[in-house]
Amino acid sequence: MNRIATVSHPRSSPLSRRHLLAGTAGGVAALAAPALLRAQPAPVKIGLLHPVTGFLAFSGQQCREGALMAIEAINAAGGIRSLGGAKLEPVLGDAQSKPEVGAAEVEKMNEAGVAAIIGAFSSAISLATTQSAARYGIPHIVDVGVSDQIVQRGLANTFRFCPGYGLIAQIAIDNLVALNDAAGKPARTVAIVHEESLFGTGTAQLLQKELPARGFEVVEVAKHANPTRDFTNVVLKLKALAPDIVIPANYYNEYVLLARTMRQQGVRPKAIYSVLGGAASSFKFVKEFPDDAAYIMDCNHWYDPRKAEALELRRKVEARGLFYTYEVFLAHEAVRLLADALERAGSASRERIVEALATSRWDGHFMPYGPTRFVNGQNEGARPVNTQVLNGTIEVIFPAEFASARPVFPMPRA
Amino acid sequence: MLEPSILTASLVHGLANGAVYALVALGLSLVYGVLHIINFAHGALLMAALYGVYFLVERLGLDPYAAIPILVPAAGAAGYLLHRWVVAKASRGREEAVLLVTLGIALVLENLAVALFRSDTRTIETGWAFAMVAVGPALLPAAKLAAAAGALLAVALLWALVRATDLGRAIRAVAKDREAARLVGIDVEHVFALAFAIGTATLGAAACLLLPTYYVSPQVGHGFVLIAFTIVVLGGMGSFWGAFWGGLLIGVVESLGGLFLGESLGQIGIFAIFIATLLLRPTGLFGRAV
Repeated sequence: MNRIATVSHPRSSPLSRRHLLAGTAGGVAALAAPALLRAQPAPVKIGLLHPVTGFLAFSGQQCREGALMAIEAINAAGGIRSLGGAKLEPVLGDAQSKPEVGAAEVEKMNEAGVAAIIGAFSSAISLATTQSAARYGIPHIVDVGVSDQIVQRGLANTFRFCPGYGLIAQIAIDNLVALNDAAGKPARTVAIVHEESLFGTGTAQLLQKELPARGFEVVEVAKHANPTRDFTNVVLKLKALAPDIVIPANYYNEYVLLARTMRQQGVRPKAIYSVLGGAASSFKFVKEFPDDAAYIMDCNHWYDPRKAEALELRRKVEARGLFYTYEVFLAHEAVRLLADALERAGSASRERIVEALATSRWDGHFMPYGPTRFVNGQNEGARPVNTQVLNGTIEVIFPAEFASARPVFPMPRA
Repeated sequence: MLEPSILTASLVHGLANGAVYALVALGLSLVYGVLHIINFAHGALLMAALYGVYFLVERLGLDPYAAIPILVPAAGAAGYLLHRWVVAKASRGREEAVLLVTLGIALVLENLAVALFRSDTRTIETGWAFAMVAVGPALLPAAKLAAAAGALLAVALLWALVRATDLGRAIRAVAKDREAARLVGIDVEHVFALAFAIGTATLGAAACLLLPTYYVSPQVGHGFVLIAFTIVVLGGMGSFWGAFWGGLLIGVVESLGGLFLGESLGQIGIFAIFIATLLLRPTGLFGRAV
C-alpha cells in the first residue's frame, strides 16, 4: 500500500500519505471487525479439585456441584466480560480423599494449563494442593479447608474465602458462654469427640485450650478414625461421664452415626454443640434423621439468609435433587470470587489473577462476610454463624442481626 | 470410674463382634488345618463377598440376611474353583508356593476392586439398622445381635459338618495324614479344594452378617485378616474350638481396649495378645506341641 501510494503520488506531502494510510487501515479494520466479533475468546480453564471418592465423597461431590453451578451461571450470563466474554471451562480433579492424590492432581491440572484451582474441601488435602499449586504459581482458592496452617505458610497463591478454625472456635466459645450465661449457667462439663485428621485434631486442641479459661471443664477428648462404623465405646464412655455438653468435630458420616448412637444409648446432654459439625447444620441430616438432629447446635459456615441470591441458589440446588449444604454454597461463592478477580485482572495469566485476588474488595457474594479483604491469603471479614435444628429445619441463632429463632438451651429431655 | 452397666455393655458388644470374628477365623483355621497353608487371600475374599452382598442389596433390593442362601453356595463354588484352577495349578503341590499364590490372589482381588468400584467406602441402609435390643443392662443394636446369633449358628453347622459327615471325616483324615488318606481311597485334591471352598463359604455367611453394621471398601479385608490370624495363633493353628474361643476373647479385648484406651489405641490389646502368645505359648491355647 505504502509503495503504491508513493508511486502514484510521487509529490504528495507526507500528510496526505498518512491520510491515505489511515483511511486504508480503517477500511481493513472495518472489514476484519465482524470476523473478530464472531471469534470466541479462548476459554479460561479452572481446576475444580475435590475428594469426590473415598470417605469424603459426599462432601467432595457437593463442592463440585456448587462450583459447577456457579460456572454454568457465569457462562450463561456471558462469561468474563473483560476477556471478551471468555467462558470458564472446568477441569475436574478427584483427590480420592487423600492429600497425596490431591497433590498429584495439581500436577495434572498444571499440565492442562489451568488459570486457577478451587478446592479441596478438607484441610489435609488443601494443605497439599495449595503447596503443589504454589510451585507453579497457580492461584488456589480454598473453598472449605478450615485449618489455619493453610494460610500461615506465606504462600502467595493461596486464598481462603471462608473463616479458619481458630476464629470459628473463638466465636463458638463466645456464643456458648453467652448461651450458658443467659440460661443461668446450667452447663459446666464438656466432652469433645473429634476425627483424627488435621481438621478435627486442630479444632479439638483449640477448644481444649480455651474452654477451661472460660469456666468449662473438659472431661473427655475422644479421637476416632475415618471411617468409623461403631461409636458404641465412645458413647458408653460419654454415658459414664455424663458431660453437660458434647462437642463433636467430625465429618458427615461419623457425625450422623455418633448422634444416632447417642440417642440409642440414651445419652442426652444439655446440649450437643458442634464446632464445624459435619452434619449438624446439614439439611440432609435434618431430613433423613429428624429425631436425631433435633436441638443440635452448630457453629459453622452459613449463608446470609437476608440475601436473595442465597435463597435463589437454594431453590436451584434443591430443584436438582441435591441438599443445600455449606459445601455447595462455599464452593459456589469461591468460583464467583475467582470470576470477579478475572474480571478485574482482564487476563487469564496466573500472576495477574493472584494480584487481583490479593487486592479483592468483592461484595457481590451472599455470605455474611462484608467485602472481601485478604491478609496473608485469609479473607479477614469471614465469619461463622451459629445454627440450631428446631422444628425440623435449621435456624440461625447467632449473630443477633439475622437470627431467625431464639436458641433452645438446655435441650428438653426427650 | 466406670459403672458396671457400662462395662457389661462393652463386654456384650465385644462378645457380639467376637462371634463374627470367630466365624471368619474358623474359615482360616480350617484351610490351615487341612492344607497346612496360611491363606493370605482370606481378607480379600471377605472383601469380595462383602461387595457381593452390597450389590445384591443395592441392585436386587434383597435383605442382607436373605442373601445368605445365595452368597454362601456362590462363595463356596468360587472357593472350590479358585483352589482347583489357580491355587493347586500355580503352586504345583509345594506348600511355600501356595503361600505366595494366595498372596498374589489377594493383591489381584484388591486392585480389581479398586479398578471396578473405586476406593469408596460403601454402606447399606436397612430399616432396622438402628433398632435396639436390651441384653440385660446393655443396649445392643438388633443387627449386631442378629450377626452374633447367625455366626454362632454357622459355627455349630460347621462343627456338625466336620464331626458328623463323610466329608468331615475325609477332611479330618486328610488333615491328619494325606498319604494315608490317599491310600484308603480319598480323593485328596478334591478334599483340598472342598476345604478351601468351605473356608470361603464361611466368608460368604460372615459378609451377609457383617454388612448391616459395617462397610465395604477395597481395603476392608486388611483389618479382618490381621484379627483372624491373631485368633488362629491364639487358639492354636488348625484348632476348631481354639478359633472359636479365641474369636470371642479378641472381640472382648478389642471392645474393652476401646473403652479404656480410646478408639485409636484400643486395638493395641489384640496385638499385645498376639505377641504374648508367640512368646509364652507358641502352640496357642488349644494347640498341641508339634
